[in-house]
Amino acid sequence: MSVDATLSFEEAMEKYDPVLGFEVHVELNTKTKMFSSAPNVFGDEPNTNVNEVDLGMPGVLPVVNRTAIESSIKIGLALNCKIAETCRFARKNYFYPDTPKNFQTSQYDEPIAYDGYLDIELSDGTVFRVEIERAHMEEDAGKLTHMGGSAGRIQGADYSLVDYNRSGVPLVEIVTKPIQGAGSRAPELAKAYVAAVREIVKNLGVSDAKMERGNVRCDANVSLRPHGRERFGIRSETKNVNSLRAVEHAVRYEIQRHAAVLDSGEPVIQETRHWHEDTRSTTSGRAKSDADDYRYFPEPDLVPIVASREWVEELRATLPEPPAERRKRLQADWGYSDLEFRDVVNAGVMDEIEETIAAGATATVARKWWMGEIVGRAKNADVDPGQLGVQPATIVELNKLVEDGKINNKMATAVLDGVLAGEGTPAEIVEKRGLAVVSDDGPLLEAIDAALAAQPDVADKIRAGKLQAIGAIVGGVMKATRGQADAGRVKELILQKLGVEG
Amino acid sequence: MAAINRDDVAHLARLAHIEMSADELDRMAGELAVIVDSVKSVSEAAGDDVPATSHPIPLTNVFREDVVGHTFTAEQSLSGAPDAYEGRFKVPAILDED
Repeated sequence: MSVDATLSFEEAMEKYDPVLGFEVHVELNTKTKMFSSAPNVFGDEPNTNVNEVDLGMPGVLPVVNRTAIESSIKIGLALNCKIAETCRFARKNYFYPDTPKNFQTSQYDEPIAYDGYLDIELSDGTVFRVEIERAHMEEDAGKLTHMGGSAGRIQGADYSLVDYNRSGVPLVEIVTKPIQGAGSRAPELAKAYVAAVREIVKNLGVSDAKMERGNVRCDANVSLRPHGRERFGIRSETKNVNSLRAVEHAVRYEIQRHAAVLDSGEPVIQETRHWHEDTRSTTSGRAKSDADDYRYFPEPDLVPIVASREWVEELRATLPEPPAERRKRLQADWGYSDLEFRDVVNAGVMDEIEETIAAGATATVARKWWMGEIVGRAKNADVDPGQLGVQPATIVELNKLVEDGKINNKMATAVLDGVLAGEGTPAEIVEKRGLAVVSDDGPLLEAIDAALAAQPDVADKIRAGKLQAIGAIVGGVMKATRGQADAGRVKELILQKLGVEG
Repeated sequence: MAAINRDDVAHLARLAHIEMSADELDRMAGELAVIVDSVKSVSEAAGDDVPATSHPIPLTNVFREDVVGHTFTAEQSLSGAPDAYEGRFKVPAILDED
């Protein structure tokens, strides 16, 4: 596989102006499929969450899931869209084994929601408006596994295996208008946009919104044009961009790749690109061709959907607090400063902190652990913090061990590493590793005596009321006990010993 | 509506995975042209005030409640499959990743 040339991002930005576009597919979490009563469940035994409709048997009649329509309208409303008074399903015709009917039931020229927008807040507080072209309903396809050949990729595969459990799962595809004017913020905006969509559908309760499970999937369109030119360049569409970090990286990579192509004097090829997380690059899929002639026509087996204004208003009344307002409320509840809160949001741990507080931690403790310990570890491990494997209960338990004086903060971080290494619960690790602060005052007093004797001038200072000097003695004691002492208790004992009021 | 020619028929045949001989393409181009003309005269009969119809019966909002119904076992699902492996349909590799 040849490696494409790229320009540095900075040089690409000097020469060209990026235009973006996104298609985000959201899997709804209805109990049943879009057009059949088979269960919509992830990860079961292959080909068991299906019936004759999902397998595309001849003569079957699809029937629309009312809840899926309501969820789609809610998504449209949350994206500030207009809801179509009447709309229809259409058949998108193509032959591929993931679709047993040889067509996907989708919407074509009559999407259920259209003309919306989303205001996206970037890391420095800048608000960027992304306009939504449409949000339409369709069904998911089955899952193909390529066998033989190299590492599950289709190139060189001998055959493919198909599981239709995902076939017919309700999807809403959200399509943006071309996004112009983002400049060098384009990769960041891309990530923030997909994060905002994910947050909205999760907040609405209409999707499980887990990107790692494919509940939210993003196709990213990128094109470049010389600065000052109105007309768009030729775009590529990058598929398989299935984490927030990947969205940012993929847009950045495609900008750099397009810039190198344009610099060489060649035209960009309009094609599908596939994102590879391992190499952080894209490879060519297929060029757009007449295979994309889908011959849409109105689905004869499904009658039109009419969304009366009463129905739409009823649904609007059920919408939860929008994420932006929720953020304002959470910041006030938690008492974080603007900067602290923005850091939390940018690190992508707001939900995790909320869950940790709900599990019993204070806002300060939750922030200390997520921001101080977990975010850094997630970065090193190259995953989103929420996917590192730390449960809210783990943090509550760790904090309780510290507050009860069983372990100190330094030990607690070691215990956290143990939890992440799969060694057990915090209490089990404390037990197994024989970690515990020296709480018996006897050894502490001995160490204090030794430290005071070693630094008599410091002891005099403390007696004279210079309490900040106590650190030197505490340090000596911690060293002597190899960090296994509770620093707070050591301080108390030193003051007692010297007869000084803390 | 533009007339349909032999190339259009060949294109549609390819999209629909229908193998057609040169003779069939010639014949079908002629027959389809007649059909397209017939549809054209129907289109002319309907004025601008007549909306396009996809269903002859004015039904809307035929819905199903979101309640789980029947499913197949893997054996039932695969009972008509030309080939299967480990509970899944086995198909030839097609070089068109998506």
